[in-house]
Amino acid sequence: MAKLLMKGNEAIAEAAIRAGCRYFFGYPITPQNQIPEYMSKRMPQVGGTFLQAESEVSAINMVYGAAGAGARVMTSSSGPGISLKQEGISYLVGAQLPCVIVNIMRGGPGLGSIQPSQGDYYQATRGGGHGDYRIPVFAPSSVGEAVTLTQKAFDMADKYRSPVIVLGDGMIGQMMEPVDLPDSIEINNVDKPWAAVGWDGTRPRAIINSLYIDPSVLERHNIMLQEKFAQIESAEMDYGAELVDDADLVVVAYGTVARIARSAIRMARAEGIKAGMIRPITLWPFPSDPIAKAAETAKAFLTVEMSAGQMIDDVRLAVAGRKPVLFYGRTGGMVPAVRDVLHQIRIAAGAADPRNPLEEAI
Amino acid sequence: MAVVFQKPKSLTDDILTYCPGCTHGIIHRLVAEAIDDLGVQAKTIGVAPVGCAVFAYNFFAVDMMQAAHGRAPAVATGIKRVHPDNVVFTYQGDGDLASIGMAEIMHAAGRGEKITTIFVNNAIYGMTGGQMAPTTLIGQVTTTSPYGRKEELCGKPIRMSELIAQMDGSAYVARASVHDPKHVLDAKKAIRKAFETQLSGAGFSMVELLSTCPTNWGMTPSESLKWVASDMIPYYPLGVYKDSAKGAA
Repeated sequence: MAKLLMKGNEAIAEAAIRAGCRYFFGYPITPQNQIPEYMSKRMPQVGGTFLQAESEVSAINMVYGAAGAGARVMTSSSGPGISLKQEGISYLVGAQLPCVIVNIMRGGPGLGSIQPSQGDYYQATRGGGHGDYRIPVFAPSSVGEAVTLTQKAFDMADKYRSPVIVLGDGMIGQMMEPVDLPDSIEINNVDKPWAAVGWDGTRPRAIINSLYIDPSVLERHNIMLQEKFAQIESAEMDYGAELVDDADLVVVAYGTVARIARSAIRMARAEGIKAGMIRPITLWPFPSDPIAKAAETAKAFLTVEMSAGQMIDDVRLAVAGRKPVLFYGRTGGMVPAVRDVLHQIRIAAGAADPRNPLEEAI
Repeated sequence: MAVVFQKPKSLTDDILTYCPGCTHGIIHRLVAEAIDDLGVQAKTIGVAPVGCAVFAYNFFAVDMMQAAHGRAPAVATGIKRVHPDNVVFTYQGDGDLASIGMAEIMHAAGRGEKITTIFVNNAIYGMTGGQMAPTTLIGQVTTTSPYGRKEELCGKPIRMSELIAQMDGSAYVARASVHDPKHVLDAKKAIRKAFETQLSGAGFSMVELLSTCPTNWGMTPSESLKWVASDMIPYYPLGVYKDSAKGAA
């Protein structure tokens, strides 16, 4: 199998098709446009349907209809569009419909910018819409990983009857990297006896619904959902760990930032600073246990994000006050440079003066 | 003993949740009769709105989905694209369709989406307690137009059938009423025609039905029926606005 040089957005789209996705509903927004563009070209070739909706709101509701009708279905967008989809995402969770939602994050708030960001971490990991819920969130840090995580996302969506988010940043969506795209992957097609396909009287009528007007019934529904979320938390957490065992300083970073941090911890090691990294691959469920375990031996943590500090809340919850948790972040579409992260590592290790942010260039 | 009257197969045994004197029940029956008459119960999928008809998923004996407020045509689009051979319909009120769901209904019609929309226009938000709708008549008192709807503040009521008929993608659009037996029979024909249009693959079909809301209009059921004839029909003329099989009316 030859490696292909592909843009992240296109690789995600092709991965979805190879995972059996045959329905895509979307709306243009930068920096994710190559996903719907690619889908518009490929879906007719594989007998699927690409439909450009009149809005993000309509797109997510078309996803709701297609998912309720039993199809593997996907939509993609970026921050402002994901905000519009939140109503529909809440309904998808309430009605327990499987689908994959890709968010290629850009700078915010508001119209923000079209440059890479991780500012939608809270929105993705805290539910994002109205009501009590969580959604599994995958955070690829390379184009290759975006392929495997997109395919996993479809299986996880079907397994738990839940939307699943693939949370990339503009860098992941726009950069080109060599990827392995398996010709065929094992698709875990599950039976969907609950789907609305037309009622022939031989089974209970399908009712796709999130309304439970009786509070005691709605509470039971919520308890059932919370039990499902607990099951996902115990079974689906994924992360990467590098040089953590003897690390004095553990950097926590995901997505594009994890790649930058990886270079920085290696340089720090070369300087004699014992730095390591924990890289969440699932942002929810969050890798709290490995971070808690690292807190037993590490002296401090440094969270690096392309935001003003969102994931740091989860890191602090895991560390539970036992060790200092430091932060370095860039916002607005600015991407941290390796030297910036290295400088922060040096400060954390007491090897640089925090009053002097302009340490010598590396 | 001969059966002379029975409930349509496409209605469940659930007790309707509509207020006394509301004509949603008649419209439910007409939709179910059309599904029965065409023999499509086993392949019909309905989409319930947000509004008084939100519980429609309990009443129609077909597979059902409940949609977010105004989004039923988008949900129906998703269903129809997955199951093009099924019969897919939305059942929506005037707040749902003509206000918050204006984009979804216009674009479903614009795409010529092969679905059928049953649009119940009672000129008011019923479920939420009688607020002004885009279809509320000038001068009509509601809980959010306590001095009567004023044109200078809110504009004139929106006539959806006329709008949808203008869309190239719509194939059959009619406005009917259920305020007396003659009009009920006309409405039945229109609903059946709308479903037949979907089955023929001609495009989008919609029947707008003028309906009563005695509770929020502050009238008796019989006064409500008279008000449909005296006040609603003059502003919302009945008839077939588009029939692609015959050309525009």
